[in-house]
Amino acid sequence: MTESVRVGQNGIETGRTPQAQTLQDVQFLTELRQQMLKFARLQLRDDDQAEDAVQEALAGALKNEDSFKRQAALRTWVFSILKYKIADILRYRQRVIATSELGDDEYREQAFMDGLFNSGGHWHKAERPSSWTGPQGGVHSDHFWRVFDACLNGLPEKQARVFMMREFIELESEEICEQLTLSTSNLHVTLYRARLRLRECLENGWFDPSTAEDATP
Amino acid sequence: MMDCKQATRLLSEQQERNLSRREKLALKFHVFMCKACRNFGRQMGTLRDLARSYAKGEDRIRGHEQSKDSNTQDE
Repeated sequence: MTESVRVGQNGIETGRTPQAQTLQDVQFLTELRQQMLKFARLQLRDDDQAEDAVQEALAGALKNEDSFKRQAALRTWVFSILKYKIADILRYRQRVIATSELGDDEYREQAFMDGLFNSGGHWHKAERPSSWTGPQGGVHSDHFWRVFDACLNGLPEKQARVFMMREFIELESEEICEQLTLSTSNLHVTLYRARLRLRECLENGWFDPSTAEDATP
Repeated sequence: MMDCKQATRLLSEQQERNLSRREKLALKFHVFMCKACRNFGRQMGTLRDLARSYAKGEDRIRGHEQSKDSNTQDE
């Protein structure tokens, strides 16, 4: 019996993972926390509850931190915990976001589209997107961000959630589909609608030349 | 010929997937002819940039927080 292969013992792959920065990395953590807060606030519309949910999600993730070698994986994980926390809270409030909002929503969306496009599929005259070159410079002012906030808050919840996962958390389409059990085409429509709404809201609230010209001091 | 509804849908969708050759061609043609959709297309890029700086940009509230030691951590 010579088969004494000495594996384990010192643990072949114990020790620190090469990039175990993850939750110890202050900058990463701070950024992550902010993204989570935005995400939670938008859905809960209650700052205290959002803070709590984020705190709990982070604490939960800390426990399992070792299993995450890459920050990207950790981020996905933390957000899926957060998602459950948010869902719990919403359920508790008797205000569940139904996963299949299709139904009533289709009428709403149809009406929205009809408001933008005529029966031939072309823009109604008044709705044609304009060029945003004007007050672009002031885009990063506090005032602009307040408008942006308001526009985000005006999105239907499902659209807001998908949009944020895509553009704030920068998840790939497949990941979002998986997490929310959406089909790819469903995801595409949802993002399309969110963007249509956001751009319209921003144009009316900020970029509209008629109001912008008057507003410039 | 492609209408504005279809064109805008593709202008959004190309941020998630590569369009087929045929789609690209039809879109290009439409956008060439249609100023509103051209604007829409540009806005898609702007929107993405804005969303990203929004998500990252709490600094506009916190200001620069360039401390050398790590005691800036808030409770």
